[in-house]
Amino acid sequence: MKTFTKIGALATVATIALTGWASAETIKIGVSYPTPTHAWAAGMNWHAEKAEERLEALYPDVDLILVNSPDPSAQASALEDLVSVHGIDALVVLPFESEPLTDPVLNVKKSGALITVVDRGLSQPGIEDIYVAGNNPELGRVSAEYMKTRLKDGDNIVVLRGIPTLIDNERFDAFMAEIEGSGINVLDHKHANWNRDDGFEVMQDFLSRFPDIDAVWAQDDDIAIGVVAALKQAGRDGDGMFVVGGAGMKETIKGIMDGNELVPVDVLYPPAMIATAMDVTVSAFKSNGPVAGRYILGATLITPENAASFYFPDSPF
Amino acid sequence: MTETTMSTAKPSILRGFDLKTAGPAIALLILCVIGFLLNPAFLSEGNITNLLTRSAFIGIIAVGATFVITAGGIDLSVGSMAAVIAGVMIIVMNSAVDTFGTGVTTVLIGCGCSIILGLGAGLVNGFLTTKGKIEAFIVTLGTMGIYRSLVTYFADGGTLSLNYDIRGVYRPVYYDSFFGLPIPVWVFIIVSIAGWFLMNRTAFGRYCTAIGSNESVAKYSAIKVDRVKTLTYVIQGLCVSLATIIYVPRLGSASSSTGVLWELEAIAAVIIGGTVLKGGYGRIGGTILGALILTTIGNILNFTDMISNYLNGTMQGLIIIVAVWLQRGDWGRSKSAD
Repeated sequence: MKTFTKIGALATVATIALTGWASAETIKIGVSYPTPTHAWAAGMNWHAEKAEERLEALYPDVDLILVNSPDPSAQASALEDLVSVHGIDALVVLPFESEPLTDPVLNVKKSGALITVVDRGLSQPGIEDIYVAGNNPELGRVSAEYMKTRLKDGDNIVVLRGIPTLIDNERFDAFMAEIEGSGINVLDHKHANWNRDDGFEVMQDFLSRFPDIDAVWAQDDDIAIGVVAALKQAGRDGDGMFVVGGAGMKETIKGIMDGNELVPVDVLYPPAMIATAMDVTVSAFKSNGPVAGRYILGATLITPENAASFYFPDSPF
Repeated sequence: MTETTMSTAKPSILRGFDLKTAGPAIALLILCVIGFLLNPAFLSEGNITNLLTRSAFIGIIAVGATFVITAGGIDLSVGSMAAVIAGVMIIVMNSAVDTFGTGVTTVLIGCGCSIILGLGAGLVNGFLTTKGKIEAFIVTLGTMGIYRSLVTYFADGGTLSLNYDIRGVYRPVYYDSFFGLPIPVWVFIIVSIAGWFLMNRTAFGRYCTAIGSNESVAKYSAIKVDRVKTLTYVIQGLCVSLATIIYVPRLGSASSSTGVLWELEAIAAVIIGGTVLKGGYGRIGGTILGALILTTIGNILNFTDMISNYLNGTMQGLIIIVAVWLQRGDWGRSKSAD
């Protein structure tokens, strides 16, 4: 809607002032990502729209075209349209899957556009000019580091993992590597599929099985919500018990700001990374400094002190 | 007349009691023994309560599915239906706060809305199958997709969360106990008894069986086939709405990942319980055991680290197949009357 108004406005300006001005001077940047089907992606969608408003207000000659697609082949078609219909100068893409989108992105590159890839890498190196991503191993490591500050030798924790994928493995392996040698026992780890219901049920079973648990690594804020419900049901949410999630859900961050002792911190894996990617891409046209390269965002530990800067009450996530 | 029926019925009951009907019960018993051997905490009061409460969702839905399947239909939309009903319930309750406050009234409005939606969704499935003459598989595959995308749309891709104050009022429906059993378990028990009665002691239950065995014969026997079939979907919808009413207070949220694959779990529970997938024979008691078996498998897998997490699906698949084989196997006996 916004985009259409913008294009319309630009077209009017162009006709009034100089014919062909718009197409010659406007920097067109296509932004392509999956249609949100879960909360994290919905947050990403929200941040992309915010960044579009902000950047277009800042630079009147920049036109950002946001397109979301429900599956990989639809995303491939969307990329073709961005080139043929809009003639984009740059592409910001969060690929649905690496494999099927590598060739379509390569084709966009052949049209001469600058390529920024977000979060999920392509299966061939060297296609993208700019890469922006969160840091999965770092998320695991930072979580483990926090556990070590709170727990001592001989304390017990349980781990709830995500959906069995590379992302989950990277987080888990880094967590275990950091915990090793600290004397903290990881009693068991089970997959809770980044899902509240599974988090609730797996945690219920952990609580029945292990009489002594000192802390929980839930890896994800959705799982953590289920874990907290199970802890409260069993009445085992006191005695310094704490849960560490991850991602940066607004409710969790609000809780941290309010001093929630059960979920005292969170580890960032921000959906706002799409906005970072859009900023960097626009800078490629506007900044006098070089911007090409790899941007790996920190997995910041969110504490009551810094929580406010990661809190977006209007975002769906 | 009565005597002949008695004498012919008696041996078949005795023979049937052997493995065909007892199969699911034996499977459940074996699972419990395994669970206990792995970890005695399996039989702790807390875990048994968790197990029963968890079974309630799938169990209640599966009771409805027993009717649909017995009458020769299938309903694939139940998981998505539960998700969309949960979502709408949350939206309705959140917006009712302004007018009705955060008391019981608002919760009752939410529950009423759930039941209306469940009945309505069932009616749509039933109507499209019977009057629309579209295969049940296709109709419910369609509505499954529609409901799933609707909940995503309502939640704006994210998660719908229930107002915190209502949650306090509504929470006991999931977490509180009544005579030592959690309320969801009571609902499960009541739905099961009602379902058993309807299936085994009423004309409606016999009509379902008749239609599932042979629809044309049922039609010539003056059974209102379309009406009975539609009613099975309405019952299914009602069961889904009841399950949703006890699901929502658990975590107070609904998203596009709510109720994913519940339809398959419900169908699996029905089949493990001895109901025939192509219709004509339904067992409510078996369905309940089937639901308990499915939940117990997941529970046991969480109680051990002997099996790799990646093989959970394999274990579930194997146990389901063995449980069904236990009751379908011939066991060296000549085939009984059916």
